[in-house]
Amino acid sequence: MLRVDGLNAHYGRAHILADVALTAAKGEVVVLIGRNGAGKSTTMKCLIGLLRPTSGEIRFEEKRIDRLAPHAIARLGLGYVPEERRIFTDLTVMENLEVGKRPPRPGLQPWTAERLFTLFPNLGEMRNRPGGRMSGGEQQMLTIARTLMGNPACVLLDEPSEGLAPVIVEQMVETIRKLKLEGLSVLLSEQNLHFAALVADRAYVIEKGRIRYEGTMSALAEDEAVRAAYLSV
Amino acid sequence: MTLADITIQLLNGLAGASSLFLVAAGLSLIFGVTRIVNFAHGSLFMLGVYIAYSLTDQFGRGSPLAFWSCVLAAGVAVGVIGFVVEILLLRRIYQAPELFQLLATFGLVLVIKDVVLKLWGPEDLLGPRAPGLRGAVQVMGKSFPEYDLVLIAVGPIMLGLIWLVLNRTRWGVLVRAATQDRDMVGALGVNQAWLFTGVFALGSFLAGLGGALQVPREPAQLFLDITVISDAFVVVVVGGLGSIPGAFLAALLIGVIKAFCIGIGDVQAFGTTFSFSKFTLVVEFVVMAIVLVIRPWGLLGKPAGEPRHTAATEAPLKPLPGWLVLGFAGLGAALLVLPVFTQSYLLILLIDVFVFALFAASLHFLMGPAGMVSFGHAAYLGIGAYAAALMVLRAGIPMEATLALGPLAAALGALLFGWFVVRLSGVYLAMLTLAFAQIVWSIAFQWDGFTGGSNGLIGIWPPAWAAEKEAFYHLSLVLCAAGLLALRHIIFAPFGAILRAGRDSPLRADAIGIDLRRHQWFAFTLVGAFAGLAGVLHVFSKGSISPETLGIARSVDGLVMVLLGGVQTLTGPVVGAGVFIFLQDEIARRVEFWRAILGLVIIVLVLAFPQGIVGFLRGRFMRAAA
Ligand SMILES: Nc1ncnc2c1ncn2[C@@H]1O[C@H](COP(=O)(O)OP(=O)(O)OP(=O)(O)O)[C@@H](O)[C@H]1O
Ligand SMILES: [Mg+2]
Repeated sequence: MLRVDGLNAHYGRAHILADVALTAAKGEVVVLIGRNGAGKSTTMKCLIGLLRPTSGEIRFEEKRIDRLAPHAIARLGLGYVPEERRIFTDLTVMENLEVGKRPPRPGLQPWTAERLFTLFPNLGEMRNRPGGRMSGGEQQMLTIARTLMGNPACVLLDEPSEGLAPVIVEQMVETIRKLKLEGLSVLLSEQNLHFAALVADRAYVIEKGRIRYEGTMSALAEDEAVRAAYLSV
Repeated sequence: MTLADITIQLLNGLAGASSLFLVAAGLSLIFGVTRIVNFAHGSLFMLGVYIAYSLTDQFGRGSPLAFWSCVLAAGVAVGVIGFVVEILLLRRIYQAPELFQLLATFGLVLVIKDVVLKLWGPEDLLGPRAPGLRGAVQVMGKSFPEYDLVLIAVGPIMLGLIWLVLNRTRWGVLVRAATQDRDMVGALGVNQAWLFTGVFALGSFLAGLGGALQVPREPAQLFLDITVISDAFVVVVVGGLGSIPGAFLAALLIGVIKAFCIGIGDVQAFGTTFSFSKFTLVVEFVVMAIVLVIRPWGLLGKPAGEPRHTAATEAPLKPLPGWLVLGFAGLGAALLVLPVFTQSYLLILLIDVFVFALFAASLHFLMGPAGMVSFGHAAYLGIGAYAAALMVLRAGIPMEATLALGPLAAALGALLFGWFVVRLSGVYLAMLTLAFAQIVWSIAFQWDGFTGGSNGLIGIWPPAWAAEKEAFYHLSLVLCAAGLLALRHIIFAPFGAILRAGRDSPLRADAIGIDLRRHQWFAFTLVGAFAGLAGVLHVFSKGSISPETLGIARSVDGLVMVLLGGVQTLTGPVVGAGVFIFLQDEIARRVEFWRAILGLVIIVLVLAFPQGIVGFLRGRFMRAAA
């Protein structure tokens, strides 16, 4: 579904990503785990085309996407949920969803606002509320719902649990599991190993822009050495 | 004034406000989504006027239906023109620094002006009156044109329609979303390019429609582009960038205040006559200055609408390499001895180059190191020039003294205006400088008894020792070179370093206890003095001065020079001034439609060198050297 090879990226002169390689199969939940500033968000931005990589190959459903514009990548079925949420604060919940709306994708059950409201019940209760007057947790739900409106086949979730209350984090775990059941692939970025362990099938550990470890989530959970070297705070 | 008079003026103001609102709404929409300040918006309005003139003149005399179809068709035609312009030009420069976009749209202004001149000729053209609305109605015993009543209704109707489009259509929702975060809209699968094209076409349509609606009221004239764009800027800024209701409110406010100034006419008070009708030219700028100082983001605007960096991001300043210093010294020496070899027109042209190199360098100091973009820098050139001319003519002060007093006068003007200006930033700051320049311009233009009004002043020649072209050439060369060196010195001095630090991270500068505003205020005053010196030299080299010296067009010339050369280096504005003066002279002498050629050259340069000429060369050579 998603395959990245030899990905390098720079901000100005700073070399941020070095030969990042990863894959995600259909229906798989993969986590990219690393500390602050490791390069998780940068990887996500390269995937969706907001940052042009300096070299490397990104393939989505076998198609090269590393030179495409963000909208073209999104239309192929890659959904992006940014870390900073980037809700349209002047727009209502319904209007935010409208911006994300794209035609149905063959083989996937299409998302409608109503179907999303069963997934995120509290959003359904504030359809006409402007995005700017919602809590952080509600906004996080709305960004995910907005991206799902595009009927993506694979979703990039950049630190969805960041700054959320424990109940909301639980809801997030449920959501990701449901997406997996729907047959979607999810590439998740996280600092929180505990959260990652609840949802992910496989994990990549990234540090200073390099992939340091690759394995199943359960293997990582048991590998004290790797966790001590790259993840402990 | 009776109650009836007041009512009539109010109605007049409301009628005038409708067109203004349409133009401003288009400008605001375009800015909101594309972040481009479209200088050519007044030109699109003007195109609307001319196209509607031709259409209604040909087909619109018969029935109301024919007339209104013509008006609508003119709007649509301008919308189509906007569509094409966006695809051919703007689409290529969205990634360029904001100022280059501005420059490109200014190139468009020049092109459109000459196209209109070519197609319709220089005379004012008065279109037919609207069939079915040729009469007048009685309002409290006074007659008021029926057509104007209809216009009054058009404003709110269009406001309602725009609201519906933005709130009740998917396209409108996308536009509002993109106004807030266009990259996110792209990442959600929306093709920004077409969204931008659509918005630009809609904005152009609104401008064209605004123009077309004016046909029965006012003649089509060639200067409409500049007057309308400055009016529209004012409305948009007063209302708040990106706010359509704000633009509506501001258009009403300004339309009504203007109409009242005309209506009041001359008033006797305190033994003198105040002419309110003369005040009309500046009143909107006064309103804008007041609003910006009280509410820096306009009446209904939001602070979040602030655009990204207005100044081009630049690499840290580096001292010139040795070979370049030698090169400049050689060039200076060559210029010094040049008069031995030629007595020609070249010297006159070079004096212009020196003067404008200094002018452009002072603007560059403001835009580059100090991070403040001025749309009205010619005001200080003009104050210096007028001060010198007035001192010579009215007080018999010798030129030598005016070389110090002229810059002083300009510095005082900059000190006064600068106090307001440094309170703002970005596009708002630029607009306020424009407003002040316009105020200075109106004073020069209207105070016939003192400044000579639109004719200006003549007979301002240097004293005998500098009267020869050759001597004045040397004087200008030495003074301008000294000015440039001084500016360069200041850029590298601690003062310049503080300014640059403040520009790059105002918060940090604040945190380490630097009063950035005060430094900026001082910088504004300082560059005012340098521009004033250029102005003094300018007036003595020409022997005359007119209000054009400090008009908007002259300020834009300065911007073009700086941007042509590139903001990154001080060499930039000097090269830019040289290229600009020679180009203008060459083209103006050879072809009739020099403006269009100049405009096209500007557009091509922006497309080819988004970093400016010197920035481009430097990139080349430094890379080659590395
Ligand atoms: N716009 C930018 N310009 C320059 N450097 C940047 C920019 N954004 C991020 N960086 C740098 O790139 C590196 C990787 O940043 P990135 O945002 O990808 O990290 P992250 O793993 O997502 O961290 P976090 O957990 O804090 O979100 C960091 O060192 C950061 O300082
Ligand atoms: Mg991140």
